Amino acid sequence: MEHLLKINQLSKSYGGISACEDIYFDLYPGQVLGIVGESGSGKSTLLNAIAGHLAVDSGEIIYLDPQGNTHIVNQLPEIKRRWLMRTEWGFVQQNPRNGLLMKVSAGGNIASRLLDVGQRHYGQIRDTATHWLEQVEIDPKRIDDLPGTFSGGMQQRLQLARVLVTQPRLILMDEPTGGLDVSVQARLLDLLRSLVRNFHLSVIIVTHDIGVVRLLSHRLIVMQKGKVVESGLTDQVLDDPQHPYTQLLVSATLTP
Amino acid sequence: MSNETGYNFGYLDEQTKRSIRRAILKAIAIPGHQIPFSSREMPMSYGWGTGGIQVTASVIGQNDVLKVIDQGADDTSNAVNIRRFFRKVCGVATTEKTAQATLIQTRHRIPETPLKAGQTIVYQVPIPEPLQWLQPSTRETKKMHALEDYGAMYVKLYEDITKYGHIATSYDYPVMVHDRYLMSPSPIPRFDNPKMNMNPALQLFGAGREKRIYAVPPYTKVESLDFADYPFTVERWDKACEFCGSRTSYLDEVVLDDAGKRMWICSDTDYCRESQEAGNGTFVEN
Repeated sequence: MEHLLKINQLSKSYGGISACEDIYFDLYPGQVLGIVGESGSGKSTLLNAIAGHLAVDSGEIIYLDPQGNTHIVNQLPEIKRRWLMRTEWGFVQQNPRNGLLMKVSAGGNIASRLLDVGQRHYGQIRDTATHWLEQVEIDPKRIDDLPGTFSGGMQQRLQLARVLVTQPRLILMDEPTGGLDVSVQARLLDLLRSLVRNFHLSVIIVTHDIGVVRLLSHRLIVMQKGKVVESGLTDQVLDDPQHPYTQLLVSATLTP
Repeated sequence: MSNETGYNFGYLDEQTKRSIRRAILKAIAIPGHQIPFSSREMPMSYGWGTGGIQVTASVIGQNDVLKVIDQGADDTSNAVNIRRFFRKVCGVATTEKTAQATLIQTRHRIPETPLKAGQTIVYQVPIPEPLQWLQPSTRETKKMHALEDYGAMYVKLYEDITKYGHIATSYDYPVMVHDRYLMSPSPIPRFDNPKMNMNPALQLFGAGREKRIYAVPPYTKVESLDFADYPFTVERWDKACEFCGSRTSYLDEVVLDDAGKRMWICSDTDYCRESQEAGNGTFVEN
């Protein structure tokens, strides 16, 4: 099987401070990759660099599209990168307020990705929006409500619907369960797991919550001070950590 | 001609006019694209048409016949004063008749009488950026224009239909020019939008405070945004103008007293007078 995404020697520094150094990994179709590490370890920088929100200093982000063409994403012209981000890729923000249009109704939020890619039939767009609200377990009756009237968990699910509507192949998630209480987290994780399976999504998920990656991800990368210190199958890394930092991280996790 | 005012022909000095003409030429070359220009202080406040006046002053010649309208009318204070201003600083002939004018400066309307090849219409524009209400950052709106990234504008129309059942934008209704640039048509009613499409006249737009000029050359495609199942429509009235009896022109509602009495009359005074002179309707003397 060929990889969907390949990261080659990716580096990014802020002035003298190196945030990511020589990061490399492969992501295969249908795979969920977890990136864990403490605050400031460079995991969010890495995700934002892959998404094109930040310019990288060196290295390559290579993407294989469904037609079998490879693209070096960090060298694509902006118009193509934007198109990619709203068709085949998606980004889920930690705070749904950053990923949603808060002054636009739930339906309008889902519609926006469709309108961005050129759909111009109101009735069809609305049907699609209703369908995706159902997929993320939001009552379709609330299609015309503003996201501000939704609970935190619902907002996060609406953000998912908004990203999923163009049926992307790769989703980048930055702490999608952060700021949610435990029972809501569980429901969201459950939903994420079934969406990943049903739509054969590839996901890169950044989190500091070991429980989230244990539940969702197939492979795991552990970052410390901008470097990958350990990587492998999730269970292998978590049950038999080799690097001292990973051992510390695993032992520091609360287990009920 | 009339140099007794002590001002140069057209009020602005020749260098300024030349720089504005350069901006106008650029604007014509890229239909619908906003060109920055060095907007000057004018002897009136922003919001009174300083952008339109600078464009008019730069293109006006001694043989031009100028018409100035405000909300369709030739006799409102804005129109009267701008017309008097140009008569004073240019000494050019002025007219109220659309067909006789070579240069028309307008605020908020396009005349009902169809424009002809060779005529130029200058719009006064308060806010040239149609995306400003959706995206406050100019850096980002410029990028959106460059990348033809206009989805956000459609989100607004989607919200309109969802809230009101139809697209509720009634003036300054956004248009696509030449299938490329999203453009604000200035606050004309959407009734006038179809008149911009394939118009034989040259259409120039000047925004003084925002320092932008843009243009629609003659015979250019201008399309109002809409959805496949919610096509663009213009306003209709179930009344006729009480002066001339027109059922096809844009009507203004005039409140007559505080008992709720009102009448509907043409907003285009020249058109109304002409159709009265042609013997239509019943002219009410008061």
